[in-house]
Amino acid sequence: MTMMTGAEIVIRCLQEEKVEYVFGYPGGAVLHMYDALFKQDQVKHILVRHEQAAVHAADGLARSTHKVGVALVTSGPGATNAVTGIATAYMDSIPLVVIAGQVPTEYIGQDAFQECDTVGITRPCVKHNFLVKDVHDLAVTIKKAFFIANSGRPGPVVIDIPKDITAAKCKFEYPETIQLRSYNPVVKGHLGQIKKALHLLLEAKRPMVYSGGGVILSNGAEQLTKLVRRLGFPITNTLMGLGAYPASDPQFLGMPGMHGTVEANLAMQNCDVLLAIGARFDDRVIGNPANFSSIPRKIIHIDIDPSSISKRVKVDVPIVGNVPDVLDEMSKLLDAGNATPDGEVLAGWWKQIDEWRAKQCMKYRMKKGVIMPQYVIEKLYEVTKGQAIVTSDVGQHQMWAAQYYKFDQPRRWLNSGGLGTMGVGLPYAMGAALANPEMQVACVTGEGSIQMCIQELSTAKQFRLPIKIINLNNRYLGMVRQWQEMFYGSRYSESYMDSLPDFVKLAEAYGHVGIRVERPEDVEGALKKAFIDHKDDLVFIDFITDQKANVFPMVAAGKGLADMLLTEDL
Amino acid sequence: MRHIISILLENEAGALSRVAGLFSARGYNIETLTVAPTEDVSLSRLTIVTSGTDAVVEQITKQLNKLIDVIKVVDLSEAAHIERELMLLKVRATGKDREELKRLTDIFRGHIIDVTESTYVIELTASGAKLDSFIQAIDAGLILETVRTGVCGIGRGERILKV
Repeated sequence: MTMMTGAEIVIRCLQEEKVEYVFGYPGGAVLHMYDALFKQDQVKHILVRHEQAAVHAADGLARSTHKVGVALVTSGPGATNAVTGIATAYMDSIPLVVIAGQVPTEYIGQDAFQECDTVGITRPCVKHNFLVKDVHDLAVTIKKAFFIANSGRPGPVVIDIPKDITAAKCKFEYPETIQLRSYNPVVKGHLGQIKKALHLLLEAKRPMVYSGGGVILSNGAEQLTKLVRRLGFPITNTLMGLGAYPASDPQFLGMPGMHGTVEANLAMQNCDVLLAIGARFDDRVIGNPANFSSIPRKIIHIDIDPSSISKRVKVDVPIVGNVPDVLDEMSKLLDAGNATPDGEVLAGWWKQIDEWRAKQCMKYRMKKGVIMPQYVIEKLYEVTKGQAIVTSDVGQHQMWAAQYYKFDQPRRWLNSGGLGTMGVGLPYAMGAALANPEMQVACVTGEGSIQMCIQELSTAKQFRLPIKIINLNNRYLGMVRQWQEMFYGSRYSESYMDSLPDFVKLAEAYGHVGIRVERPEDVEGALKKAFIDHKDDLVFIDFITDQKANVFPMVAAGKGLADMLLTEDL
Repeated sequence: MRHIISILLENEAGALSRVAGLFSARGYNIETLTVAPTEDVSLSRLTIVTSGTDAVVEQITKQLNKLIDVIKVVDLSEAAHIERELMLLKVRATGKDREELKRLTDIFRGHIIDVTESTYVIELTASGAKLDSFIQAIDAGLILETVRTGVCGIGRGERILKV
């Protein structure tokens, strides 16, 4: 066995893990690793323009595939810039390995140039982190990091590597598998609990299925669709779970929660048996937990993370296990028992749901000569035939994209649901475009969010990423403005965006195509131009939209799900 | 309600701060915390006294179990257990107080382990509650210093926390 430097070992480990892309930014503490990267061509490096985007892009790659995203940053500011990206991935349980350079071991604690306590700073927002103190531990640590990141409930893992470790030499040996005595995620659900759950579901008079991001992360969409179709129950997918069940299917009630549909929210509230799968009863989904719990219903909760169960809402039948495994088991038991729910009882429940549906809560009014943001998303859906990967930033545009783009497949909708990080849209699109070169990738954003990572237009040019940026430009921080209008007497404190750049010129300055659209009749043409004529280019479409459009329905923060505000003119 | 949670964790740098950080990040309280390696030096045994409703304590144990360095978690106070805490108390011991302090120490089955012309250091091992009563039994004006280790505990009989 030949001796290798720590830096060579790091790159070799990435090769062993079949990592195709590393997103990063060089600096003093990682120079050895960049030198090792230079000497090979298996792992491709994507040079971002800010470390935050490196982590977001790796995250976007992970969300759009089932792979671990990898980012490489230098010590000190490189690591602190990465923190927002790491926290974003942590909140949405995205598997990442973030490698950070550190000052040489003997300098640690001396307030050295570009030193920071990376392990300390990232501790609350990682699944786990490591500081490597000996080059002999390096390969095993990297193996552990990949294993921890992508097993159980996934999450980001940070490896902090002092510079001297990357220069030190040792023999390279990469373990095939790894065992950790303190970490053994449960996979199979408890059979007795599963049977109990099925019994409840078959007896239910008003059943409801509520599935979240866990179904997407565990690749359980197929099993979910099969089971729900077989049962004939209504289903809602959370913001993080969109695409797990086909949105165009009649059993799908739309998204639940703060900006969920009337039918999804009322079915969540009024059901007698709720089957929650890979979801966590988030405040944006169930509103006030006390109000939610005030109506008696039986709750079955399938989740790989026991701490998600009975955290905000008391659960009657907890099932800890990997979602697809548990759902397969359920389908198998149903087949074996040849059991089906009572069709007549179910029909009565559907009649009630159809009455709620008839309210058509997603209807919005077109204004003459003004582009409605919802309309842009509807046209985007048509032009891309519902087949694009859509990323978003955070705010009104995010909600409109979630509401009006019907995701029929998982891993097509990438957004920051947990942390709510503005600026993720463009880097997510970069990661998705690299990992899915055959697919159309659209980034739905706003003039506020896009400016938080706008520098990545440069990265997108360098690596020729044909992203289509759908900028819903209403000259306001829209969601802030909406809350100010509704809850702060229309005092628009600091929510107006003055001195905006000319986005068309800006896109052109970076070497891309820019289009401005100001009339509703030009929306479709511009989208076609972008997706068809400029298929291989990055196109920035600046849609000048209605300034006062609000996202409806809306459940105000702290209220119950049934307490929905609907579009003013409905 | 008061709970005593015992944790076996990897004896690694940073493991303790993961546990402590979890408590502060999630707003759980720590009344006492003790930690030391076990007979297997790769393992540390940590005891935390906390308080909260059953739902909160259930979340605490689940969240602790989620930490990668944590191997096992047991709520000792769920069943029969023994708890002990060590206290060192430095008191002003002059004149007639010297005899009285000696007598009280004997009653509480403590030891005087350091003697000077004007001070005693009293060592006492007992449950936290008993240590509290000892402190109350002594004239507050005589207490110069108090050092307590925090609670450590163990299950009774065949109730064993081991890897």
